[in-house]
Amino acid sequence: MQVTLKILRFDPAKDKKPRWETYQVEAEPTDRVLDLLHKVKWYQDGSLAFRRSCGHGICGSDAMLINGKNRLACKTLVKDLGSVITVEPIRGLPVEKDLIVDMEPFFAAYRAVKPYLINDEPPPQRERLQSPEERARFDQGTKCILCASCTTSCPVFWVNGTYIGPAAIVQAHRFIFDSRDRGKRERFKALGSGSGVWRCRTAYNCTEACPREIPVTQLIEEVKRAILFDSF
Amino acid sequence: MDPLKEPVPVMPTAHYAMGGIPTTLWGQVIKDEKNTVVPGLYAAGEAACVSLHGANRLGTNSLGDLVVFGRRAGIHAARFARDADYHELTEEHLGESRERIERIKNSTGKEKVAALRAELQQSMMDNASVFRTGELLQKQVEILKELMDRYKRISIDDKGDAYNTELVEALELGYLLEVSEALVHSALNRTESRGAHAREDYPERDDENWLKHTLAYKVEDGKVAFRYKPVVLGRFEPKARTY
Ligand SMILES: Cc1cc2nc3c(=O)[nH]c(=O)nc-3n(C[C@H](O)[C@H](O)[C@H](O)COP(=O)(O)OP(=O)(O)OC[C@H]3O[C@@H](n4cnc5c(N)ncnc54)[C@H](O)[C@@H]3O)c2cc1C
Ligand code: SF4
Ligand code: FES
Repeated sequence: MQVTLKILRFDPAKDKKPRWETYQVEAEPTDRVLDLLHKVKWYQDGSLAFRRSCGHGICGSDAMLINGKNRLACKTLVKDLGSVITVEPIRGLPVEKDLIVDMEPFFAAYRAVKPYLINDEPPPQRERLQSPEERARFDQGTKCILCASCTTSCPVFWVNGTYIGPAAIVQAHRFIFDSRDRGKRERFKALGSGSGVWRCRTAYNCTEACPREIPVTQLIEEVKRAILFDSF
Repeated sequence: MDPLKEPVPVMPTAHYAMGGIPTTLWGQVIKDEKNTVVPGLYAAGEAACVSLHGANRLGTNSLGDLVVFGRRAGIHAARFARDADYHELTEEHLGESRERIERIKNSTGKEKVAALRAELQQSMMDNASVFRTGELLQKQVEILKELMDRYKRISIDDKGDAYNTELVEALELGYLLEVSEALVHSALNRTESRGAHAREDYPERDDENWLKHTLAYKVEDGKVAFRYKPVVLGRFEPKARTY
């Protein structure tokens, strides 16, 4: 089938503001949007810039606004979109070039929640044991691939770029509810601050955008509650 | 898709590349059969060959390798960095890289990176894949020569400096060609079957002649020289995998 692919492009060396370019691409209904972008880059216009690595939904590098929704280009099939497809960079982060945005503010928020095990107790002889139930408690957050689909679909984040954002809260959840971790108070400092969880207005955009089907809003609410009950 | 109505599309994908950069147990890169270390250069993981996987990396052993030898390389690199002096980056050092980039950017040649890479991938898949023969590998030696020659005439659309991913792909194609050359020449040279190297014309393992590492050195396009390094066996004897 013939697909009309409209891409919002921006070249910092030439353009004052982003511009739409339209490409005609021959595609199979089972092709992914990533295949279309490759067809453009490899055979029509080599200057098109976008990020991708694994090609199968695990590295989180190719989140884009596709037909108005944040999704991974490598997991979105042409047959689910139709013959006119628009692709734009994810919103709320500065565009570096075409579909590539500056992820630094996103990763700064990630680092702020200390996304690693904190536990100063002397390590036991063997591993720190955990029951299957304890492991299950934080399972959902472990599926996060840091693609930024959630954070960059959040209206609070668009308006206030200092909001820590859903992805960082999901990462914090993963450790706060881990029975081996002792660092929740340190994390609550960033999460309970003016740019933390209380900015969330439960718009649910994050949950809808997540390609890993993580119930993002639910995890945010659980973190809010953990902070609230911790203060009593 | 509905598998009752249409066939499920299936295709192979790369799972692992059995690296090749020889290293010490601390991840330091070794450049010859005498274990001479290249100071300050480290490798770990798929890129490296600490020589712990034998001739075929077994399932799950990659992550173990990463955790252990990535850490060791990191520790050693940190120690090295603490004591090492800064070297001045002179035009002599920069010149070659700068020239390589400018050559690609300014080229008006007719060859395209994507088309050339597709030919490289397809021919490597056909001639240097899981089951190999001398005839196919020899054929691939010739194909690589031709592709390397055509690589000199590639040109790109993107002349910019910011996020020039087209330039990166062009540079990477050059490295892919060199790695392919090392692989194909070494595979042709090794007249036995061992681990993941399966020669249909030499189906048996030949410990007498080939229980050794190949070190491949590029002489010029199309010409590779070999040296060899003994395998440290320790407690484990090489055995056929019969299960
Ligand atoms: C689907 C799949 C399942 C697997 N399952 C298992 C398993 O269950 N158990 C197991 O043990 N192993 C498994 N493996 C293998 C294992 O995951 C990999 O071997 C391992 O992750 C490789 O790690 P690495 O650090 O060596 O290389 P990589 O993780 O590939 O890292 C290479 C890095 O180099 C970067 N890079 C590339 N070019 C440049 C450049 N020019 N400049 C700067 N950076 C660059 C890349 O972006 C990348 O981050 C699996 C592999 C795959 C594909
Ligand atoms: S929570 Fe989901 S959408 Fe957000 S970064 Fe993680 S994987 Fe992406
Ligand atoms: S390319 Fe890795 S998630 Fe899409």
